[in-house]
Amino acid sequence: MIDLTDPIVLARLQFAFTISFHIIFPATSIGLASFLAFVHWRWLRTGEEIFLTLFDYWIKPFAVVFGMGVVSGLMMSYEFGTNWSVFSDKAGPVIGPLMGYEVMTAFFVEAGFLGVMLFGRDRVGPRLHFFASFMVAAGTLASAFWILSVNSWMQTPAGYAINEAGQFVPEDWFEIVFNPSFPYRLVHMVFAAYLTTALVIAGTGAFHLLRNNENQPVRKMFSMALWFIAIIAPLQILAGDQHGLNTYEHQPAKVAALEGHFKTRSAAPEYLFGWPNMDTGEIDYAVSIPYLGSWILTHDFHAEIIGLDQFDRQDWPNVPILFWSFRIMVGLGLLFFCLGLMGLVQRFRGRLYDSRLLAVSALLLGPTGYVAVLCGWITTEVGRQPYTIYGLLRTVDSASPVAAPAVATSLIAIVLVYLFIFGLGTVYVLRLLAQMPPDSPAQLSRSLLDQGGRRAVKILKLLKISRGAR
Amino acid sequence: MDFALIWAFILAVSVFVYVALDGFDLGVGILFPLLRDEEERDTAISAIAPVWDGNETWLVLGGGGLLAAFPLAYSVIFPALYVPLIVMLLALIFRGVAFEYRVHSRKRKWFWDRAFFGGSLMAAFSQGIALGAWLQGIEVTGRAYAGGWWDWVSPFSVATGLAVICGYALLGAAWINLKTEGPLQQRIESLIRPLAAGTVGFIVAVSAWTPLLDGRYSLRWFAWPTMLYAVPVPILVGLTVLALWRSIEKGRALRAFFCAEALFLLCYIGLGISVWPDIVPTNITIHEAAAPDKSLAFLLVGAVVMVPAILIYTAAAYWIFRGKVRHGGYHH
Repeated sequence: MIDLTDPIVLARLQFAFTISFHIIFPATSIGLASFLAFVHWRWLRTGEEIFLTLFDYWIKPFAVVFGMGVVSGLMMSYEFGTNWSVFSDKAGPVIGPLMGYEVMTAFFVEAGFLGVMLFGRDRVGPRLHFFASFMVAAGTLASAFWILSVNSWMQTPAGYAINEAGQFVPEDWFEIVFNPSFPYRLVHMVFAAYLTTALVIAGTGAFHLLRNNENQPVRKMFSMALWFIAIIAPLQILAGDQHGLNTYEHQPAKVAALEGHFKTRSAAPEYLFGWPNMDTGEIDYAVSIPYLGSWILTHDFHAEIIGLDQFDRQDWPNVPILFWSFRIMVGLGLLFFCLGLMGLVQRFRGRLYDSRLLAVSALLLGPTGYVAVLCGWITTEVGRQPYTIYGLLRTVDSASPVAAPAVATSLIAIVLVYLFIFGLGTVYVLRLLAQMPPDSPAQLSRSLLDQGGRRAVKILKLLKISRGAR
Repeated sequence: MDFALIWAFILAVSVFVYVALDGFDLGVGILFPLLRDEEERDTAISAIAPVWDGNETWLVLGGGGLLAAFPLAYSVIFPALYVPLIVMLLALIFRGVAFEYRVHSRKRKWFWDRAFFGGSLMAAFSQGIALGAWLQGIEVTGRAYAGGWWDWVSPFSVATGLAVICGYALLGAAWINLKTEGPLQQRIESLIRPLAAGTVGFIVAVSAWTPLLDGRYSLRWFAWPTMLYAVPVPILVGLTVLALWRSIEKGRALRAFFCAEALFLLCYIGLGISVWPDIVPTNITIHEAAAPDKSLAFLLVGAVVMVPAILIYTAAAYWIFRGKVRHGGYHH
């Protein structure tokens, strides 16, 4: 089915592989940067050293993840040119400036302040140090803003014209940036990043709680993360629902595929399970709930739902992939909601740090935020096929005139390097997270003193004042 | 307003800032095997750790800016340089993660030190090859690259590759000389002159070779009146080398570093004189490749506000980490 001598298939595999790896890192660094800025701010406001402990604990994995994100992102910004040159020539005048803004308002901000955030504590004052953390977090969010604008424009193009060279040229920048699917996608992705990070923090907290539930920083991170999940998970379900309705309006073929609706019909069922058969146009082994399909997409049980039969066969995306990636994402989202609820219940029962069931659930769900993020992106990106710019430019017409052996060789090299580098990076991050944060203030002070410098002395003074005030 | 011209200038400046900044931190990597022990390597890494990420971001601006302002050039040049670019990116991945990994690895620190060296070396080499392959001309039909995937290999591109390695090593040595003290600094200082001599040798060789590549290049350098722009460049190169020699003699590390950077700037200007007004040498000019004014103007608004801000806080970051690296370096 997959022709490995076709340079376009190879280029697609390469892009899918590199971007799937890449998205893991921003999903973490967006959430973790905000978390670090938040605990940094709490530390500055309250002077409670527990926040400083949490900052010091989480900045180490953050530094590793951020480094991996930078280098895997660099690959992305060149891959458009190496592998998708026709797309770049045609779409460059529209998406290029958006990416230019991303570099100027996000990458430079992150990179410029990251050095101060990571290494600057004994070089700058506490307030400037906090400002650096804040700017890094702001940079990650600005980056999400621009790149999701680009992605959304490829899904729901607006505000453009086509010139005599066949290029998409800008007509109205406001319409381009705030294209119809952008607000939904942005909110959905930022929530996803926050939720993913909260799950990782909760999972890490749970791992340590199961061994020692008296460690104060561990309790604090677990409690903060579960508050976060309880708040964000339901909001994310709402945002996802709205995003789905928006997609149904602008990309009905994508929604038909991910819901497994081959035929247009009213009072459509919602398939919970099954295997979409693209040859027969049926869902094999289907388990479904009647009427629910219509209700989810229109909030009306009897409404007519557009099926794939409304579109040419050559315009269909891959149905089984979409059907399953979507179900895994939604299923995990519901589990996250349950975890948040469970956290609330145990909190009100006063058993937040004692409930073994809660800790084990949080630990098991810890890494699954990434699975949900990946499945979400697979749903939206595979759902955009067979187009790069939805409805306007086909994927087969977007690739570079590069010979198959070149693409195949680079694909193999990239897969090997990525698995090695990022696999090892994951090991290092897990190793850091397996260490329990220091509990006693004395230990913390000594480690600060060891770093030397007058700033450390200043921080120690601040600590003593706050301890005296308490 | 001629937006295409403004953007050509902004991109030229970005690429130069990239070369000037990442050049010295790649150079530190290239010199890594000359460092004697763990402590020296830690010190060298600390001399660049707080700034390397910002330095590399200029490369992203170069790539992203080219896509935005000159999409046709982006879509012709990148497939033509497919192999060197992919190699450069993979090399940058290895060396980029080495900064963190060498701290966290328990038994394999030596491996990441070598990865840091190898990645820096390959990144520099492939950048030089890309430069040479670009300069020797890219085959174009219609709006697409028309050559094969090995066209970038030539004696000339290999020579420019080696030239960039040597030049970056010079910048790296000048940076280590500036940021460290003691035996490490003394040893590296003694390398600056040989590296500068090597760099000048490469400059002469590449400059003599370039006019032979294409008739247009020789016209630029040897015909009246364009010679007027070209002639001061070699003279200034000579003066810069003299100034570099004297700075080393007097132990003026900062001045020596800026002299090394000035050599790069002069070569860069010489390169500009050679290829102007092409963006894909001998085939596509800046104006032919430019995006519509509406794209260029939109991004220009951002650039006018952001680029000075970026320069200011980049300078601030360098200022915060000024002076010699303390024993053992920085931690987080």
